[in-house]
Amino acid sequence: MKRLKRLDTASDRIVYWFLVMSLVLFTALMLYPFLYVLSMSVSDGAEVVAKSIILLPKGFSLDAYKQLFETKTLITSYSNTIYYTVVGTAINLVATVLFAYSLSRKQFFMRNFLMVYMTITMFFSGGMIPMFILIKDLRLYNTRWALLLPGAISVYNCIIARTFFQSLPEEILESSRLDGANDVQALLRVVLPLSMPIIAVLSLYYAVGHWNAYFNALLYVPSVSLQPVQLLLRRIVIQYSNDLAGDNIIDVGKVYVIEKMRYAVIIVTMLPIVCVYPFLQRFFMKGVMIGALKS
Amino acid sequence: MIEARTNQQGIKYKLYRTGKYLARDRYLLLFALPGIVYFFIFCYVPMYGVTIAFKDFNASKGVMGSEWVGLKWFASFFSSVYFGRLLRNTLLLNIYSLVFSFPAPVILALVINEVREGTFKKSVQTISYLPHFVSVVVVVGIMRLFLQSDGLVNQALESIGLTTVNFFSEPGWFRPLYVISGIWQSCGWGSIIYLAALSGVNPELYDAAYVDGASRWQRVRYINLPSIKPTVVTLLILNIGRLLTLGHEKILLMYSPAIYETADVISTYVYRRGIEDARFSFGTAVGLFNSLCNVALLLAANAISRRVNETSLW
Repeated sequence: MKRLKRLDTASDRIVYWFLVMSLVLFTALMLYPFLYVLSMSVSDGAEVVAKSIILLPKGFSLDAYKQLFETKTLITSYSNTIYYTVVGTAINLVATVLFAYSLSRKQFFMRNFLMVYMTITMFFSGGMIPMFILIKDLRLYNTRWALLLPGAISVYNCIIARTFFQSLPEEILESSRLDGANDVQALLRVVLPLSMPIIAVLSLYYAVGHWNAYFNALLYVPSVSLQPVQLLLRRIVIQYSNDLAGDNIIDVGKVYVIEKMRYAVIIVTMLPIVCVYPFLQRFFMKGVMIGALKS
Repeated sequence: MIEARTNQQGIKYKLYRTGKYLARDRYLLLFALPGIVYFFIFCYVPMYGVTIAFKDFNASKGVMGSEWVGLKWFASFFSSVYFGRLLRNTLLLNIYSLVFSFPAPVILALVINEVREGTFKKSVQTISYLPHFVSVVVVVGIMRLFLQSDGLVNQALESIGLTTVNFFSEPGWFRPLYVISGIWQSCGWGSIIYLAALSGVNPELYDAAYVDGASRWQRVRYINLPSIKPTVVTLLILNIGRLLTLGHEKILLMYSPAIYETADVISTYVYRRGIEDARFSFGTAVGLFNSLCNVALLLAANAISRRVNETSLW
């Protein structure tokens, strides 16, 4: 049926532009804090300390970033974050996909039991302290594994993956079975190539989770050389420590840079994700959809 | 005699059948194994560890060997000077969060849905997700930088003649800051799901409303809102369950002893007493109490929703 053509009344049009203007205002509110931080990080040092910047940078200098990348603590923390994100997400993917795939096969005799087994953990958990004791007992305390193993499978992500696998047409798997493929070959040769969308969604969710995590590291990894960049950020911006000054004697010139470095660290920490997420919108929107349907 | 033999056959048959299943699904079992082991070690074992809430945990004796003390820690917590404050803060913070941050994504979705320009619409959405992808450390960090004693906000206040405010040392500011930053971070991402629901509305309904002379507001009220009601209610219930568990990550970054009066909640108390002071049993008992409150709230919310809406989580 053809859509009726809408003839706007004057008041309709006013309301419409009011809505559009509110969205513009809304967008500005979302962006402004980040733009301010960016401006403060690239402005001239004296202006930063004088706090005369409102939106646009005054002067231009990348010395905060230069100084930042010469600091050992930042390089170590940033590499740690990259490590945890890459390795962690790989572990997540393997564990989640395997488990979700096995749950998606209707003929699997343990399917229902395992669904219940997994879902219970979503509602009941030991809590902070029993987990802490466990990490210590397993000798994972103060090791990299403490940030890679707990949380290896997120029940929510697993359910999304299972829903996806269940939506794959049965005929394809049937025909592969007729060709004599066992479950392993079916998974590797048939299912996985078709599963790029869900792997993209899972990777995105897990990777962002790893990149932004701070609390587990705070609890389980006291050793600074193993800590991710979020903990460094916490020390710099929340606790206002002067860590980034390193062993340098604090002189007037350095004070400006340290202040700017607080802003620069924020930018550097959020940059990779901010640059990547707009291109992956298709994927995470799909993920939200599947997750919601299941709920 | 016959019954005995049938019984034996029954058991033998079950074993035979299980063996068959194991053989047929051996690879699937292999796939499931990491997950089974993972959930056992990292979810079920700590669940058992909760029992130290009823014991006097001694690291050398382990969870099983520690002495039973019953409800001693619970009694100690309930009679503690802080109990009232903690309970009040936890409940108030969560209620405020829920009440104020719940409508925002819905309203945003409704407004975005009205817009016709495709590029503008997409850009608004993309930008609205930005705060969600940034970590809680960044969000609180930016807040702190803005609200410093010589930060932007105080500069603005000074320029119009008001006195500066020490935002992070005044108890009264904690809750508003917590809720507002929560809304800022999550409303864009939260609107995704409502927009999806709205896009599923039959366009013929809109045309019918137009023919009937409905104004924009009437259209929203009678078509849009009802079509997303099930989604709204389901998410509301899910959010109730989730809010109470992750609060501490953000609060720990925002609070300080000066504002414990409004900022200290049960889970941050668990962190201080249980981890920092290493009072494991006591901390676990308090944490268990917190979890039980969560479950109770979840069940209550679900029961209310079932009564009111015929929507339920299960």
